Amino acid sequence: MDIHQETVVLSGHIIDSLLLAKVLDIILMMGGTFDIEDIRIGKTREEPSRARITVQASSHTLLNDILKSIQPHGASVEREADCRFEAAPADGIFPEDFYATTHLPTQIRLNGRWIDVEHIEMDVGIVVNQEQATARAVPMGEVRRGELIVTGREGVRVIPLARPRERDVFGFMESHVSAERPHGHVIADIASRMRRLREQHRREGAACRVLLAGGPAIIHAGGRDALTWLIEEEFIHVLFCGNALAAHDMEADLYGTSLGYGLTAGRTVPHGHEHHLRTINRIRAIGSIERAVASGVVKNGIMAACVRKNVPVVMAGTIRDDGPLPGVITDSIQAQQAMRAAIDGVMLALLVASTLHAVATGNLLPATIPTVCVDINPSVPTKLADRGSFQAVGLVMDAASFLNELARLLGRPA
Amino acid sequence: MTRLLVCPPDFFGIEYEINPWMRLNNQVDHEQAILQWNSLMGVFERDIGVTLERLAPVPGLPDLVFTANAGVVVGKTAVVSRFRHPERRREEACFEQWFRNHGYELLMLEPGLFFEGAGDLLGFPDYWFGGYRQRSDIRVFPILSEWFHREIIPLELVDGRFYHLDTCFCPLSGGELLYFPAAFDRYGRIAIAERIPPTKRLVVPEQDALRFACNAVCINDHVVLPAGCPETERMLQERGYHVHAVLLDEFMKSGGSAKCLTLKLDG
Repeated sequence: MDIHQETVVLSGHIIDSLLLAKVLDIILMMGGTFDIEDIRIGKTREEPSRARITVQASSHTLLNDILKSIQPHGASVEREADCRFEAAPADGIFPEDFYATTHLPTQIRLNGRWIDVEHIEMDVGIVVNQEQATARAVPMGEVRRGELIVTGREGVRVIPLARPRERDVFGFMESHVSAERPHGHVIADIASRMRRLREQHRREGAACRVLLAGGPAIIHAGGRDALTWLIEEEFIHVLFCGNALAAHDMEADLYGTSLGYGLTAGRTVPHGHEHHLRTINRIRAIGSIERAVASGVVKNGIMAACVRKNVPVVMAGTIRDDGPLPGVITDSIQAQQAMRAAIDGVMLALLVASTLHAVATGNLLPATIPTVCVDINPSVPTKLADRGSFQAVGLVMDAASFLNELARLLGRPA
Repeated sequence: MTRLLVCPPDFFGIEYEINPWMRLNNQVDHEQAILQWNSLMGVFERDIGVTLERLAPVPGLPDLVFTANAGVVVGKTAVVSRFRHPERRREEACFEQWFRNHGYELLMLEPGLFFEGAGDLLGFPDYWFGGYRQRSDIRVFPILSEWFHREIIPLELVDGRFYHLDTCFCPLSGGELLYFPAAFDRYGRIAIAERIPPTKRLVVPEQDALRFACNAVCINDHVVLPAGCPETERMLQERGYHVHAVLLDEFMKSGGSAKCLTLKLDG
């Protein structure tokens, strides 16, 4: 991790003496940053105040220099304790006082050493392996009886995100979402990042991937060809979607319609509303999307590109699904598990035109992963930006316009 | 009646250098030192009517004369100093013994937590100021504050020549403060200004400050200070204080003056 930090405690009459102000000024002047974890102000003049301050610096040396400079002013390194943990009382149940995670990088203190919590994600617990001195995030439903789960807050620390080195749209720590903001430079920054990640993916394979989670509006709005091109050109390496995106994509291939609308004619086609059902039925009869593509029944489109390019697809079902298509995971918890298993190595996530898949994916991703959320409805990007990730960029715009522009910038012929 | 703890300068001298004033090649004129000390005591006893408690001097402890650094006394409780410099640490046992023999209840700071007594802890009846960085460790003030239920505002001493708070800061009985602002940083000066209104702040000019004008002893409306600080004397007289200037330049060779030579008891 790039951030080195230590928590110090300053107590006594630190307010009127301006000691607190002095210590904070010293930290900043020396090039560090701080977070005031908590502060208790004395209620009377005699009663002392106490502040817990986390000091952060970009290097171990700088951190030590800062600590050395503030120590004469009474800021002493907090006596740290190991984290506490308890055995899970039953499968799928955390101990009462379990520590609930954030999506920020997290460490726990075990036998006097701070260790990283692996696979951190939001709103889960932390399971400790004492023998191997490791810790990982664990969802409630996956915990097994007897596993050691971190409890309380002692010995747990959350590392604030470092400002990314790249000076692109992800580097400005904006989580501002606005329909009025010009999109051009944002999409250009995403494109240049994707170009870089494609090179890295070609070198490193699954260790570097771009994820797209999308909804069926991509098809309705006319973004299908652009997305297909992005997959074929190896810019996207994992796809999360639901039954609908896959169904309408293949409906378009088989019938030239999307939910019954002629994609080129722009009007309803007689009995068009049945097309997606007939598509689903056909694929169910064949047995799988892969086989439908391999046998030449489905020739073009997003799903065909994924099959040909070996792009893993996780399809998570919802309560109103027709069919569903073979491969759609209808158990939500199993779907979460499949998504969780597929996010390893993801270095950029594009969440396009889907509220549920976007939020679900956002919840699984650590805050360190740059995330772009595109939706015509501002509430979706806002919801994701509100998660407090510096690296979440929200774009209020139409899915097709976004994908077309992105593909154009990445070299798709007009 | 005010009682002061003092120690005759029988063995006073410069035997080491632990502050910028001390120079081994600038030796004390012993006879002069005794004369100056006696005249200071005369002012206290005869002019002001103070009771003096005399600590027996000890050979080999040249700075035992500076009783301000024995500790602090609040009522019948005393906190014995923990000196930063090993040279003065041997004084601790003498001071401790004296307090014990005179019926004080002792509160002990843990070894290594430096605190140089009334030299670094001064104040007004309701709140105190604590000087730190040069000699005392800032961490003692929250402890003392808890022991004595008194607010203590720490002030960093930023000029090595003013190494104890009592060398640059002197609260007076009328609520005024005699001080030398340049001995503090901006934070300290603001903290002082927040508590003491401008009309009560008596700023000592540098020339007087370097003669330790602030190392003064205020007892009721009397102020005893080293001779040679005319501007400070004038300010004090304007405020209605009876000023007693005493020649103490032999003690300045060691970085001490009137206040350093006394410790208020029953304070």
